Amino acid sequence: MFYREAGQFKATYAADQAIFPILQDKIGIAIILAIAFGVIPAFASDYFLSSLMLPFLVFSLAALGLNILLGYCGQLSLGTGAFMACGAFFAYKITTAFPELNIIFVFLLAGAGTAAVGVFFGLPSLRIKGFYLAVATLAAQFFLIWMFNKVDWWTNFSPSGVISAPPREVLPGFAVTGSSATPVDRYYFALGVVCVLALLAKNMVRSRIGRTWMAIRDMDIAAEIIGIRPMAAKLSAFAISSFYIGVAGALWAFVYTSSVEALAFDINRSFQVLFMVIIGGLGSILGSFLGAAFIVLLPIIINQAPAAVGIVMDTALLGHIEFMVLGALIIIILIAEPHGMARLWQIGKEKLRLWPFPH
Amino acid sequence: MIEALFITPFVEIAEYPYFFLEVLISGLLTGVMYSLVALGFVLIFKASGVFNFAQGIMVLFAALTVVGFMDYGAPAWLAIILTAVVMVGLAFGVERYVMRPLVNQDHIIMFMATIGLAYFLDGFGQTIWGSDVKSFAFDLPRDNYQLLDGEVFVNQLDLLGGVIAALLVGGLAIFFQKTKIGRALRAVADDHQAAMSVGIPLNQIWVIVWSVAGIVAIVAGIMWGAKVTVQFSLSLIALKALPVLILGGFTSIPGAIIGGLIIGAGEKIAENFWGPALGGAIEDWFAYVLALVFLLFRPQGLFGEKIIERV
Repeated sequence: MFYREAGQFKATYAADQAIFPILQDKIGIAIILAIAFGVIPAFASDYFLSSLMLPFLVFSLAALGLNILLGYCGQLSLGTGAFMACGAFFAYKITTAFPELNIIFVFLLAGAGTAAVGVFFGLPSLRIKGFYLAVATLAAQFFLIWMFNKVDWWTNFSPSGVISAPPREVLPGFAVTGSSATPVDRYYFALGVVCVLALLAKNMVRSRIGRTWMAIRDMDIAAEIIGIRPMAAKLSAFAISSFYIGVAGALWAFVYTSSVEALAFDINRSFQVLFMVIIGGLGSILGSFLGAAFIVLLPIIINQAPAAVGIVMDTALLGHIEFMVLGALIIIILIAEPHGMARLWQIGKEKLRLWPFPH
Repeated sequence: MIEALFITPFVEIAEYPYFFLEVLISGLLTGVMYSLVALGFVLIFKASGVFNFAQGIMVLFAALTVVGFMDYGAPAWLAIILTAVVMVGLAFGVERYVMRPLVNQDHIIMFMATIGLAYFLDGFGQTIWGSDVKSFAFDLPRDNYQLLDGEVFVNQLDLLGGVIAALLVGGLAIFFQKTKIGRALRAVADDHQAAMSVGIPLNQIWVIVWSVAGIVAIVAGIMWGAKVTVQFSLSLIALKALPVLILGGFTSIPGAIIGGLIIGAGEKIAENFWGPALGGAIEDWFAYVLALVFLLFRPQGLFGEKIIERV
């Protein structure tokens, strides 16, 4: 009923290949974009924007990056945190070396640099697979974080190792980083970056390159036999995934926390993004967003819930309970729906298509 | 820089051979401790193909439980037995509530579930036993032996760890090779379905391996806890066990031991002789980079099964 596709005929190839071929999807996306660009900045408080929406957007981008690698190309990586750190530190070095360069180019360059690092650490994927590769990417995680911590050059020889992001503007008067930037401006900037990159990713995964990734993921040897070059496919997945994660790291450091420090990108950050991808849905662009929303919201809900029903709890205990609930929820969600929340939406769509008839 | 990396360390090794020997021995014995943690991984991977990320937390959890029972006044032997009961109970719980509902899922899903389990146990253990740093009340030998006219010191606790690990590995090898259950475990590892069709109960096998892994975790937890006190950072040692696994191969018990020795000795030597030139704390990543380089030449590890792919 709500999702009736009957009567929506596709008469041209262009219509058949549209990103959102169904009218309802187009309307839905338009409404979401309208809310994101119009309603939220107009009505939301600064707290909501800077403590909920910004981490959500940053994590969505990181999850999108990991999803390209893991969900579409099937290469398990535990080095997400380190690649985010690469993006953050590269952006810091570039913007302090070239203060005149527009922050958008800084982010793009930082992403490109991270992509190069990602390709380097992706090289072992040509020889090794599965969990062996996962552990190999931990080498990236520990080595890169150690390097950013130890080598003072990355922090411009700051004594504390923690540095604040310098103020930068996208357009004159539209500051997006540094202490003078308002939460609304930061939000618009992050939202813009995420929207553009998500659209790119959506197009990428349904084009030739995305299909080669999926062929490699589903069966690499068969893919090789039908003429897909595994090296090109795997390394391009590593490069593009790292680009996304690098930009996410730069956004994290510049737009969300306004500080650049290596400790923010430890191995737990890698796991956090991995959870988002798995809970949201492997191999789904929508899933990256759903997973990010879930993991960002969950700790806040757990922290607020006892107080809301009038139970006073120790913060340390609350922290432990948060871990417990998160762990249990991950297992429960995996058991209930191993394909993640994106699959739930898919099931919902099927139901809506048939509603009100059960069959 | 070149000189500090390629010449000075060798000169130092040649000048102070006793110091080198001491570093080597302490590295090897630390490596044995890594092997203890790695063993738990190998057991579960061998018998169910599940990469159990929770093993490190299980080590922490076991150590916390032993200390917790002893704080309530239980003598050491009773605390260890009670902890063993808890770990077997945990094995039943994991089989019933995690493994069984997820049977036949992708390996990555199982892996994620064990990360979930790791988070759960982490929070659960600290909720029950508290998160402050604890140490064992019972006495383990901590003095140093002196070898070669007092030039080389060997820590007794490390040595004890080595002996216990050797006994454990010997016991596990006999268990896997000679007993009926061990044979069943190997059959399950080879092929789940074939094992089931000849009447091996998969669920029981899982309970057994998780129990054995839990008991290995107790041993590892006590040894590590005695060495570095029982606190959250103990679970990070599990991350050190991962390069050991890569080096040794995920399915090989001797591989876990030899991998542990190589990693332990390698990282201590690297830290002591090459560390200063690189700015120190290279222990954090040296093991991983060593394992990564090694993988490029031998993707299945030292003793891992060769991965044969058919189309």
